[in-house]
Amino acid sequence: MPARELREVVATEHVGAYTLLRVARGRLDAGLPGQFFMLGTPRRLLPRPMSLCLAPPDELAFLVDPIGPGTRALAALSPGDEVSVFGPLGNGFRLDVERPLLVGGGIGIAPLPYLSSWLDEPPAILGFRSEWHAEAAALVPNAQVVVEPTYVTDVIPRERRDVLACGPEPMLEAVRALVPAAQLAWEAPMACGYGACYGCAVELDGEWRRLCVDGPVLERAA
Amino acid sequence: MILNASGCLDALTAPEAALSLDAFVTKTVTPLPRGGNVPVRIAETQHGMLNSIGLANPGLDAFLAETLPRLVMLGVPLWVSVGGFSAREYATSCARLDACEEVHVLELNLSCPNVDEAPESAAEIVAACRAATSKPLYAKLSPSAWDVAVVARAVEDAGADGLSLVNTLRGLALDERTLRPRLATATGGYSGPPLKPVALAAVWACRRATRLPIVGMGGVWTGRDALELHAAGATAIGVGTALFADPAAAARIRGELLSELKTHGLSSVSDAIGIAHDELPRVGGVTARRSTKSLDLVQKRTA
Ligand SMILES: Cc1cc2nc3c(=O)[nH]c(=O)nc-3n(C[C@H](O)[C@H](O)[C@H](O)COP(=O)(O)OP(=O)(O)OC[C@H]3O[C@@H](n4cnc5c(N)ncnc54)[C@H](O)[C@@H]3O)c2cc1C
Ligand SMILES: Cc1cc2nc3c(=O)[nH]c(=O)nc-3n(C[C@H](O)[C@H](O)[C@H](O)COP(=O)(O)O)c2cc1C
Ligand code: FES
Repeated sequence: MPARELREVVATEHVGAYTLLRVARGRLDAGLPGQFFMLGTPRRLLPRPMSLCLAPPDELAFLVDPIGPGTRALAALSPGDEVSVFGPLGNGFRLDVERPLLVGGGIGIAPLPYLSSWLDEPPAILGFRSEWHAEAAALVPNAQVVVEPTYVTDVIPRERRDVLACGPEPMLEAVRALVPAAQLAWEAPMACGYGACYGCAVELDGEWRRLCVDGPVLERAA
Repeated sequence: MILNASGCLDALTAPEAALSLDAFVTKTVTPLPRGGNVPVRIAETQHGMLNSIGLANPGLDAFLAETLPRLVMLGVPLWVSVGGFSAREYATSCARLDACEEVHVLELNLSCPNVDEAPESAAEIVAACRAATSKPLYAKLSPSAWDVAVVARAVEDAGADGLSLVNTLRGLALDERTLRPRLATATGGYSGPPLKPVALAAVWACRRATRLPIVGMGGVWTGRDALELHAAGATAIGVGTALFADPAAAARIRGELLSELKTHGLSSVSDAIGIAHDELPRVGGVTARRSTKSLDLVQKRTA
């Protein structure tokens, strides 16, 4: 099982609507792109799942969308605060791809900067709901950016590509309709992140699977 | 003795966490496989959490054929949590598990708030299981009974060897914005720190009403919580929701419990068990505590 350690917050930076939370890495392994960490959340009972966004030397960085009490508390951390970091968890993207195309929507772009660095900065298509949110596209090299009412599926090229995508469920469904073999990183509410609670179950080919153990990246319908 | 609470740890995905326990309790196994309830199944609330997992499990056949052999290989003593929808189902499962030498204890989940209950009473189910197995039977009870001590005495008379106290309480959480239920099933089981006083009260009452050993659980987060449950009468401790926040919670709580015992001048866990029921020693001839009258009253009411 991976380690769970208290780590110091090095910095927090606003990136458009989101906050980049940078913590000291210590002995923690950064893992593979698409894997995630459970971050202990100030004044809340349960940790929150966060994809690794960037892995600068000696750091782990997470892109946080402050949408609820837990993510707001994480985004409000200050340098010097301590946060418990448990991971890397789950199964990330398969990296033996020939012609990768990264596709991200909203906070779903979070794992793409780290993924991009592993795949020699392939082209990416990113969709956002506003220009303010789209500022986060600066984190992903070689990105084409669309803002609603244009959707990523409007601009995905027709030629064969190995699509690796992360974003809201409707976007993933639309990407899968277009590119059935796409690797998709899904989300589900998670209490534990390591297979203990069965809270993150998703139906996969008629079987219930724990997304934290069998995902979050799945190549079949969820 | 520290166990996990049923449904709060999978020993096969987290063997290190399971090996730090004195025994591993499985998620409740029902005769037939169950996928569980539709998502969303969990919601954190201000102080605790709700779940509506709905006893997702592979069913007894697959459990015996696939899960149990792998659990046995881990080498941690095993308790199997048994569920069902009638006394006959519980008894049939107990009879099949009776043949498994590696299973130490059968815990009867008589109290899941997320599925329909068997029509029979807890005591009737325990009696049916008693006839089906010679293994130790623990009855896991709900804290929602008006007087859990009455249920505890009934299951003791029916042949239970121990009690597990408590399961979750039914709760509801509404979405901040939409004011609609956050769980797909609307209500779910409420667990975590807010359950501790409820668990303490149930353990306290059952300690007075029966002679059965008690696994105390409900919101155990620290060694202090474990010490209090022991003091109320628990002979063992179950750790549930805390494992979600920290896979190493059981080992941490064990360490903290030892220092708590020392702080209170107690030499071992057994010295702490039930201590909350004893009079405080007299200080200068005055009992440093309320009169025993109220205690007698509680005893009479539960007797
Ligand atoms: C594997 C994984 C990786 C993730 N990576 C990131 C990331 O890099 N950056 C980031 O900002 N967020 C990420 N998330 C989502 C993030 O974990 C949730 O937004 C967070 O847990 C919400 O907590 P909260 O207390 O802020 O809000 P809550 O009050 O818990 O939730 C607010 C609303 O969002 C819904 N919700 C909560 N959690 C989820 C979820 N996981 N999926 C879908 N809906 C949910 C709730 O039902 C509620 O309506 C990830 C989730 C998963 C499963
Ligand atoms: C996600 C979840 C799943 C649970 N599943 C079961 C179960 O299968 N069988 C059972 O007897 N209790 C189950 N419980 C109840 C726990 O075993 C325990 O009684 C309860 O959560 C109180 O302890 P806690 O506050 O430490 O979690 C479950 C609890 C949670 C939170
Ligand atoms: S989040 Fe607990 S099992 Fe997946």
